[in-house]
Amino acid sequence: MTVGRRKWEVEQRRPSRTRRRGAIHLGMLMLVMSVVFPLGAASLEKQVQQIATELRCPVCQGLSVADSPSQMANQMRDLIRERLEAGESPEAVKAYFVERYGEWILLAPKKEGFNLLVWLFPFLGLAGGAVGLLVVLKRWRQRPATTGRASVDPAYLEKVRREMAQDQS
Amino acid sequence: MKKVLVPLSVVPLLLLLAYGFWTDPRNVPSPLIAKPAPPFALTLFDGEHLKLEGLRGKVVVVNFWASWCFPACYEEAPVLEAAWRAYKDKDVVVVGVNVQDTEKAAKEFMDRFQFTFPNGPDPGGKISIDYGVYGIPETFVLDKAGRIAYKHVGAVTAGVLSAQLESLLQQAPRASDSKGGHDRGS
Repeated sequence: MTVGRRKWEVEQRRPSRTRRRGAIHLGMLMLVMSVVFPLGAASLEKQVQQIATELRCPVCQGLSVADSPSQMANQMRDLIRERLEAGESPEAVKAYFVERYGEWILLAPKKEGFNLLVWLFPFLGLAGGAVGLLVVLKRWRQRPATTGRASVDPAYLEKVRREMAQDQS
Repeated sequence: MKKVLVPLSVVPLLLLLAYGFWTDPRNVPSPLIAKPAPPFALTLFDGEHLKLEGLRGKVVVVNFWASWCFPACYEEAPVLEAAWRAYKDKDVVVVGVNVQDTEKAAKEFMDRFQFTFPNGPDPGGKISIDYGVYGIPETFVLDKAGRIAYKHVGAVTAGVLSAQLESLLQQAPRASDSKGGHDRGS
């Protein structure tokens, strides 16, 4: 038993060693990549894109700055990039647009205050629906139990009993 | 129970729908009202330079326009030029910011309406974004202390503009507010 266990442990260790070697290889590859391709440019563009998806294109109908091909959206993307390059945080860039356009510029309302209703209503509706369903189901289950017995005519029941007694005699 | 539940769930929904249909989604209130106007420097079409800070103490009309903005910009252009001519000697400056346009088209537009007030392009849309512009034309009226007193979306009319100018001209600039000016990006 103990031998088997040790064997199992040895087998366990083996893949972890190759995994470690793999991790070292990957790390070296990333190091080389970051020298060959300036990683900053790619991540900056990613950040610009991320902020742009959260902002409303002011001249469009329900489109984000990232999705709109309009000149206005182009200019806004340039401005986002410029501000990030100047060292502003993504939060600060978004705050700038909110300061100028109001919260309207954010495609998703902030999760605070009155806006919380928008985030809570779907769950409240779901809970309300579940409670309603339970109430209805409970009523349906109770109905046949109460109405089943009361609906038999006592006179008819008496007649059946009398005839059965006649049969037996 | 049922008599109460049905109206209780339907009526608020109807009220919400009614509210939604009665409000104009294009009417977005600007958070900049009563705030210091974002400063800008404009290189005018005639080569001159204009800085908003240099106009402190005057009532300033900042109009965002484009030659492709038809018909609204064409409707309001004579109104702006007339206001400039009527008020330029009374401490009022009208400034035109040309947005997303070509220089040639903009100059043709200015010739057509014989603009004599300062006009310049907004390269990169920086000034318009700073002012939260979401549609052309938009007109901002700044008080003597450099705060945004009024914003008009769409073609501005002579009545609206002169009423704003008259009421702002009557206000004396308060020394405590005259610092104003928003330092952007800093």
